[in-house]
Amino acid sequence: MSNRDHILSAIKASQPALRPLPILDYSVVPVMADLLTSFAHFVNMVGGQVRLLDDLSMLNEELEAEQKQGRLLINRIGDPAKMDEVSQNAVALEAVDRAYIKGSIGVAENGAIWVNETAMGNRILPFICQELVILIEADKLVATMHDAYREIQINQEGFGVFIAGPSKTADIEQSLVIGAHGPVALTVLVLTHG
Amino acid sequence: MSSQHASLAEKFNSDEARTNWHDQTLWWVRQKRDRAANALPEWEQLRQWASDIKDHTLSNLYNYLVEFEQNALSNGVKVHWASDAEEHNRIIHSIIQEAGIRKIVKSKSMLTEECHLNFYLQTKGIEVVDTDLGERIVQFREEAPSHIVLPAIHLKKEDVSDTFHEHLNTEKGNFDPQYLTHAARIHLREKFVSSELAITGVNFAVAETGGIVVCTNEGNADMGAHAARIHIACMGFEKIIPKAEHLGVFTRLLARSATGQPITTYTSHFHCPRPGQEMHIVLVDNGRSRQLGREDFRNSLKCIRCAACFNTCPVYRRSGGHSYHTAVAGPIGSILNPNLDMKANADLPFASTLCGSCTNVCPVKINIHEQLWKWRQVISAEGLTEPSKKIGMQLMAWILAKPAVYRMAGSTARWVLRNFPSVAKSKRWNPWYKQRELPDAPEESFQEWYKKRQRS
Repeated sequence: MSNRDHILSAIKASQPALRPLPILDYSVVPVMADLLTSFAHFVNMVGGQVRLLDDLSMLNEELEAEQKQGRLLINRIGDPAKMDEVSQNAVALEAVDRAYIKGSIGVAENGAIWVNETAMGNRILPFICQELVILIEADKLVATMHDAYREIQINQEGFGVFIAGPSKTADIEQSLVIGAHGPVALTVLVLTHG
Repeated sequence: MSSQHASLAEKFNSDEARTNWHDQTLWWVRQKRDRAANALPEWEQLRQWASDIKDHTLSNLYNYLVEFEQNALSNGVKVHWASDAEEHNRIIHSIIQEAGIRKIVKSKSMLTEECHLNFYLQTKGIEVVDTDLGERIVQFREEAPSHIVLPAIHLKKEDVSDTFHEHLNTEKGNFDPQYLTHAARIHLREKFVSSELAITGVNFAVAETGGIVVCTNEGNADMGAHAARIHIACMGFEKIIPKAEHLGVFTRLLARSATGQPITTYTSHFHCPRPGQEMHIVLVDNGRSRQLGREDFRNSLKCIRCAACFNTCPVYRRSGGHSYHTAVAGPIGSILNPNLDMKANADLPFASTLCGSCTNVCPVKINIHEQLWKWRQVISAEGLTEPSKKIGMQLMAWILAKPAVYRMAGSTARWVLRNFPSVAKSKRWNPWYKQRELPDAPEESFQEWYKKRQRS
């Protein structure tokens, strides 16, 4: 008998009589009145910053100005035709100063944002860049993780991630340090369309 | 019976200032957990859901594992099954060997600690770099993690500074956490981009999609897995949950219970390898199917490894993780480890006051303190308790069963405490007195006082 069959038959012999799967009645979860205020509060709490934007025009000017100063940026937001290609080489991406990517939905109860693989160009981009900027539409905010998992399909792409704040650690004496291995800063742009 | 926990705890307690710091720091983490939990009015409902989902899953594990395997295979993932630690290590080594790789990176996985994977790979000439900051610190020091979420919580920043000075050439005497973390960042980012193979743990495996979810704050699991051409994820088979919807319940509970954060920085969902990448999942039994068959202890397999029971435990906080001499310390470790090796871990269920705080904070409602008490009975029945403990218990049972003897013993004890306190305060004869003070002995027992009061 193979390992697999051996383990599975041991499990079958040991598992107890079937217990019911609970029905999750989300009406016990309080309704959140102001998603944006809560979202902004939690993005700050987890170490990020929120900027509200009417449209992308101002952002494009900022990007150009920074690029002129020699900063290495990767722009994955705005006009799809103008989106930067992302190198598949991790060593090359290590030098990226700042990456701009699009988030699909934001979660008001914790500041987390769902990002799909295609939005990244390369899975490692939002982790390896020095600073990360995520753009999210204001009407794409949901209250809780229950709502979030209803909205997204976790296997729509090969990889997807909730990102809440910049990378951080408190492994030395519980002192919080922002910027562990990943980005040292996270800015969340919330597009309000005026 | 081994009384290793007691003697290792005594060693830990010899540095009183550090013991107090350890105790208070973990209590602070527990308080952060309370604040996060109290902010959600539906918290108790979430715990109940999590518990019920896990109970259901354990009762239908066979089907969910088969479903998970099928879906993972159709996602292009290679699935392996390991009966025990040895097999788990062998499978991983053979993947590394076939790819001709010498250096690998690994993010936090308590399973690989349980299997002693690092040691195994090192004997085969493979360089393993632990990439969680806390784990890297203890790896440099050739120690084991002392806590499943905060691996280096037993260390002070001065210790880390000395370790980093030795291994990363940081400035001697500079123990600023920001400076030390930055040094580790530079060191580990180089390791990430140059490593061809990454090992990660698994927080949740979703049967209906065949995907795995990994939660970190540092981003080390992602840095490793996305840079490497081979990703191996290792999991105990109890990490399975039925549906993606259930992640909503568990992600709301996990970080709040662990550190008081509303969610971990990264909650990464891996389904398919990226083009050109190889992805493996190793499903491990290592005693879990045996635990599943033990009715009294089965639901210890519901654990999501948040360590809330560690942070609240008065014994853990004051004895340190290393005194538990196993990969998973704390209250949950003390009910998991006797299943792995009852004789070697017979001391652990006794390293508890049975106060029940662990059970009260557990996000999946494991009755930890009741299982500790049940393990004590199993271990005693197996004859694995120390003779002194056994005789003491028998004597106690005899006294408590005979009211006259009990009353005489009480008055004798009060008389001794009043007239010869040095007997009771001898640490040799009364180990209870170590690190504790005795109160003044009362003049009379409650019963004597009550009878007198009724007469007057």
